[in-house]
Amino acid sequence: MYLDHNAGGRVRPEVADVLVEWLRSPMGNPSSLHEAGRNARSAIEAAREEVARLVGAAPSEVVFTSGGTEANNLAVRGTAVPEGGVVTTAIEHASVVAAARAAGVAGSSVTELGPDGQGRLTPEQVRASVDGQTALVSVGWANGEIGTVQPIAEIVRAVREANPRARVHSDVVQAVSQLEVDVASADLDLASVSAHKLGAPAGVGALVVRRGATPAPLFVGGPHERDRRAGTENAAGIVAFGAAARLARVERQAYAERALALRERLWTRLSTGAAPVERFGAVDGLPGTLAVGFPGLRGDALAVALDLRGVAVSTGSACAAGAPEPSHVLRALGCTRELAVGGLRLSMGPELSPEDAERAVAVLVEVVHDARAKRSARGAGVGDAA
Amino acid sequence: MRPEVVGEAYAAVTGRSLEAHEIGVSHLAPGSRVVAAMSGGVDSAVAAALLHGAGFKTVGVSMRLGTSAARADGHVGCCSLDDFDDARRAAETLGVAHYVVDLREVFQARVVDPFVASYAEGRTPNPCTLCNRDVKFDAFWDYAETIGAEAIGTGHYARVGREGGVFSLHAGVDAAKDQSYFLFTLGQAELARTAFPVGDLSKERVRALAGALDLPVASKPESQDICFVAGGRYTDFVEAALAPEDRRPGTIRDAAGRTLGRHEGIHGYTVGQRRGLGGGAPEPRFVTSIDPDSATIVVGSRADLERDGLEVRDVRWTNGPRPGRASVRLRHRHEPVGCTVRVDGGITRVRFDEPTGGVTPGQAAVWYEGDRVLGGGWIAAK
Repeated sequence: MYLDHNAGGRVRPEVADVLVEWLRSPMGNPSSLHEAGRNARSAIEAAREEVARLVGAAPSEVVFTSGGTEANNLAVRGTAVPEGGVVTTAIEHASVVAAARAAGVAGSSVTELGPDGQGRLTPEQVRASVDGQTALVSVGWANGEIGTVQPIAEIVRAVREANPRARVHSDVVQAVSQLEVDVASADLDLASVSAHKLGAPAGVGALVVRRGATPAPLFVGGPHERDRRAGTENAAGIVAFGAAARLARVERQAYAERALALRERLWTRLSTGAAPVERFGAVDGLPGTLAVGFPGLRGDALAVALDLRGVAVSTGSACAAGAPEPSHVLRALGCTRELAVGGLRLSMGPELSPEDAERAVAVLVEVVHDARAKRSARGAGVGDAA
Repeated sequence: MRPEVVGEAYAAVTGRSLEAHEIGVSHLAPGSRVVAAMSGGVDSAVAAALLHGAGFKTVGVSMRLGTSAARADGHVGCCSLDDFDDARRAAETLGVAHYVVDLREVFQARVVDPFVASYAEGRTPNPCTLCNRDVKFDAFWDYAETIGAEAIGTGHYARVGREGGVFSLHAGVDAAKDQSYFLFTLGQAELARTAFPVGDLSKERVRALAGALDLPVASKPESQDICFVAGGRYTDFVEAALAPEDRRPGTIRDAAGRTLGRHEGIHGYTVGQRRGLGGGAPEPRFVTSIDPDSATIVVGSRADLERDGLEVRDVRWTNGPRPGRASVRLRHRHEPVGCTVRVDGGITRVRFDEPTGGVTPGQAAVWYEGDRVLGGGWIAAK
């Protein structure tokens, strides 16, 4: 029972078929002039169109990268300037947080906006933090840990009013599979997408670069991606990305409706069966994300207990050592440290069956009951102090 | 790895059959879920292997306690990513699941901060005991329980016994490796859910088992005494961690009250430490006491270190108070000395049979009956 789709998941069979077929076909370096090279080039360009359509961009605006993290780094570090400001939020993906801090070390003045208790920012709040020196504003479309969705179009408008020269970037990695994301109507300059959140393999993503935005490349050494990202394109990954983007676009609306109904059923089961339980994030957030916490129980331990019973969930974000740390997102929402290690994220995907999801939640309810029963049986006074 | 394979290796190394009573875990329900604490070292890897071999549903968990900064000389303290990799590879070899839990906050608050504070207050801390009490057998236990474990197993050289419904704590059979001193805070509730599977083995056999099982940690060097102090230079660590206002410079005096010199802070001194004071003193001088209020270090001869007894605080008994004859250990690897333990009006005192040195405030006094830990407490300044 896999409920960790916000972290990525298995390659979707439709995508795997496309990928395998591609890997078996004659291909060469997409920069080569021969037929094999031209085959690779046209496959990449077809995928570029699919990715562009998914987010409402023009194909020429899509720069393929090694993933969402590179896209975020390229957007933030490529746009920040030492004498300018970077405005972002305290609940961004680690790659945005760290890239902004790196820009800060390089001389940018960095502002991290704090959201309200549900993880929401207001356009007024963003406007107040933008001044004539601001070079970049980066606000994620939807938060992957708690699902809260930001009013991006309004935020962009507020930035334009405060400083028309400031660039606006949004990490749309978690949003595109279930929300209508249109970078043109939102008037974004930059947007990051990741393939493996859509059912393609990890290792490929894209930064949408619009209007006159010209992020300084992170890699140099070739004219690839219109001089915006040097290095031979990962054609296989890009082909899979294109197939996954197409699937996501076609399925998006129906999947979002299904996920929303399922999420609310799961929440009802948890809130009636495993109270006390807290819900994190805004209720009108990502349809497929349910973030909860059980006071007094560690979320990482619950995730392990579930794993041992065949249910895959996550605590929100993982660190390099594989040891979940107190969530910086939950901390930014004003949660105590204790509650911030208590978070558990259930995230759905198009392939998750409602039956599996309900069984997973039934196991979670059992695990929570077991842990609480053991705790109360143990009572307070352990040890034999004299 | 099938459990039988561990059993075969165990039989080859020890000549015995791998059964619960052989590894001191017959107090645990057969086949129950046990979380094996895995540091990445050989002892805990073999402990996990033995639990797996004895038929427990074993889950390996590594605790992230400190930062993994390597020093300039390349030495890495505990909890490095390499250690977690070693633990993970050992768990993979055994075929048990492995996780990492972040307990850095509780480790800092309950072990590292008190360690520094102790030195600042003129006491010599015992961080391993605090870590066992507040981290491994409290926060870690809490985590293990939430996972659904009935017990935790560690690589400590100690043993748990049970007679009737009473649990007891014993020294490990390898006297040179015995760690029971650091575990005196465990009471009945903790012992009931604790396994020390290597406590019945010698270190040699533990290594032989690791080799026989092809565990990737078989030839890893011993870990150091204080895991968070790289290289064992605790004074540098305390210096770096201490706030300027907590440095307590003062005078060095002898027992008669004569000033012999000045010092830069009481945190650099430990009772019992041999102190070269220059000035051509005819015999070696030792720190005999530290007065934190006046920041005075008192020095004297070796004979001045001897005491008739001591008073302990925060006493724990493994199975309720049992005053009377015992033998007491005043530090790790200390040869126990005969004593009588008395409890008077809530105050616990240990009286030595003969005057004894090495009474160091902040260390634990742990009293035994034979190899059995009866109880212990923290040595008070007076």
